[in-house]
Parts: sequence; structure tokens; C-alpha cells
Amino acid sequence: MNKDIILHIIRFVILVLVQVLILNHVNFLGFLNPYIYIIFILLAPININRGLFLALSFLLGLCIDMFGDSGGIHAAACTIIAFFRPVALRSAFGLSYEFQTVKLSNVRFGERLAYVVLLVLTHHIVLFSLEIFNFSHILLIIKKALFTSIFTIVITMLVLVLFRRSDS
Amino acid sequence: MRQIINFLIKNKHFLLFLLLLFLSLIFTIQSHSYHKSKFISSTNFLTGGIYNWRYSVSNYFNLKTENKRLLEENERLRNQLSALEIDTISKKIIDTVSFDAPYAFTKSRVIKNDYSKTDNYILIDKGENDSLFADMGVITDKGIIGIIENTSKNYSRVISILNSNSRINAGLKKSDQYGSLTWDGKNPNIVQLETIPRQAILKEGDTIITHGRSTIFPKGIGIGTILNYKLNQNKSYYLIDVKLFNDMTNIGFVYTIENKNANEIKSLEN
Repeated sequence: MNKDIILHIIRFVILVLVQVLILNHVNFLGFLNPYIYIIFILLAPININRGLFLALSFLLGLCIDMFGDSGGIHAAACTIIAFFRPVALRSAFGLSYEFQTVKLSNVRFGERLAYVVLLVLTHHIVLFSLEIFNFSHILLIIKKALFTSIFTIVITMLVLVLFRRSDS
Repeated sequence: MRQIINFLIKNKHFLLFLLLLFLSLIFTIQSHSYHKSKFISSTNFLTGGIYNWRYSVSNYFNLKTENKRLLEENERLRNQLSALEIDTISKKIIDTVSFDAPYAFTKSRVIKNDYSKTDNYILIDKGENDSLFADMGVITDKGIIGIIENTSKNYSRVISILNSNSRINAGLKKSDQYGSLTWDGKNPNIVQLETIPRQAILKEGDTIITHGRSTIFPKGIGIGTILNYKLNQNKSYYLIDVKLFNDMTNIGFVYTIENKNANEIKSLEN
């Protein structure tokens, strides 16, 4: 258990650093940056204390905001997906979530994809609505959210496959 | 009373969620109004230090282009200098050496630059210790970059012209009409100049410069050229697309401008 906590802390720090030092400067096709730091939220243990989880997600978003000078948009998006994660888990994994036997490393590809897509899409729609903050630019919001989501989902699935823990 | 406490305990996660969401929305709304977002800022020593460390690695990749830009600037300044010696009452020269008010320039380096968001900020590696303060202009050898918004001991945050909150006075080089420079969030090399009156005579390729109506920028710093223009809906103002002289995606080094008379001018205006 103790080993797991250290693992999650290290993952938190590494994801923030990778995000702000490398991935915020990708600018693929001029505007696409993948936001893979939410892997921390995706991979958090299922039986984690919900209050702690919400606070940690808020902190994660706030770190990204501080580096990106973006006010509180990442914090808001992270808090929202942390709060709705149980809904996404239930709709993606169904019964096996109810019995708390889900391990993200050994579920079927389709279920895992559905889970990632649900959370990433929610996160990005909230993120870009708050970033642009102007309903007359709704097309721009949708365009940015959609393309960035695709980019993020692809990278996230790759990272999840590459860094799968072999012991579990 | 007990029912209230029971309610609070039962819904504690939802209430925590609402609290955190509320906090983050406050930060977001603050960041959308100019000069308010002091708390969540990359000028603190941790973020500034990490960006500085990153910059110390990545600056090697741009040395060649920066060197070339410096040489070009030197060449231009030398040419102007030799022209001045021959002809001291020459026509107005549009560059940073010929301002009629005393301005002081300080060099600094860009350690973080964004251009893909709608509200972009730039972090530079000098701050209050080098007497940089809020509301000082930032330019490169080619044209304007933005305005310092927030400073710490060693770092300053610049509100880039690629920011939806940025409004900078700009006008035509060949006549005295002026408007305000904004950005629509789409192309990082094209900004918009609004509220130029319809009496102005425009041509594609005309130069747009700063207009010296504020204490931030001296008159005559280059911004860009007119890409295209059209009248607004009730046909009273022009909306102009301006192609920037600067490549905002690759800035490197900048100069900050200190207007030594700013306090005097401001005390007169109030």
C-alpha cells in the first residue's frame, strides 16, 4: 500500500513536468497540444477517498494553470472529471466496477477506450469553453475540443499500453 | 440543527466539489479581466526556475537564428547611424533610436512563450531586481510583443498581443488616424486593428505603427503591414487584418521600454 502511494506521488510530479516542459510546446498543426496529465485521474485507485481525490485533482489542475498562466481552467476541468469519474467508470465497466474488481491494465481494449474517451471529452469541452469563454466563438470551441481530444486520446492510449505495470 | 449537520455530512463530497469548482471559476474569471490574475501566475520562483532550467537547455537550438537577427539589427542601426552623421535633420526615422522622449531600454530573454491559446502570456527572465515593473512595453528589434502585466523579483509576465484582453493603441504610419489592436484568437501571425475611421485612406501593404498615445510605447515602433481590410457593419469604421513583422512563434530576446516620464504624465492626466 505504501509503495502505491509513493508511485502515485511520483506519477503526479512526472506528469506535471512532462506536460509543462514538453507537451505544452508541441503545437502540432499550430494549435494542438495533448493534455495527458489527466492520466493521473484516470489511473487513481478506484477505492480512493473521494474527498482526497477531488482535492488532488484540483491541485493537479492548479499546477498546470500556474505554469500555463491560464487562470483556473485546468483546475475546473479536472475537478469536474474527478467528480464524474464514478459515472464514467460505471458506464464503461458496468458490473465489474460495482464489485470493485476493475484494474485498468487488464480490462478489454473497448472498455478501456470508452472510459478514456468519456473523461477526455468531458475534460476538453469544459477546458476550452472556459479558455475561450465566449459563446460567439462556439465553433472554435468545438473545433479545438474535438481535435485536441483525438490527439489526447491517441497519446493517452499509447502511454497506457507502454507503461503498463507487468506485475498486476 | 442535527438535520443540517447530517445533510452536510451526507453531501460532503458534493459540497467539496462545489467549493473547488467555485474557486477555480473565480480564478478563471479573474484571468479574463486585465490586471487581476496575480495569484495564479508563472512568475513565482518555482515555475520561473523550472522554465529557466528548460530554457537553458532549449536555447542552444535557436542560437543560429538569434545570431542572424542580431546581426541584421546591427547592420540596420549602423546604416542609420551613418545616415545621421551626413544628414542630421533627416526625415523622421521609424526605429527605436529616434524617440523624442527619454526612454530606457533593457534587454531580456523569453523563457516561456505561448501562442496557441486565446489568452497568451510570455515569461521573461528579468523582474523587479532589474527595475522592470507593470505597464512597461516589450518589443523586439522588429516590432511590439506586449506589455508587462505582473512582476516578481526575477521574472516578469508579459501579456502578449496575442491575448484577447490586450488593447494597444496603433495607427497608420502615413496618416494620424489610430485605433486599437486586438486579436481574434485564430492565426498567431495576424492581429486585428479596429476603429480606424472610414475617412482613412488605406492600401494593402501599408505599415501600422504604435501611436504614442499612452505612456507605454513610444511613437513609431513597427507592428505590421495591412493584409486586408473591410468596413464594419454600419460602415463607420474599418476592420483591418495586420500581418505582424514579428514571428510570434519564435521570439528569443526582447527589449523592455521604461518611460521615465510616465509618472509625471499620469499625474497630469488624473
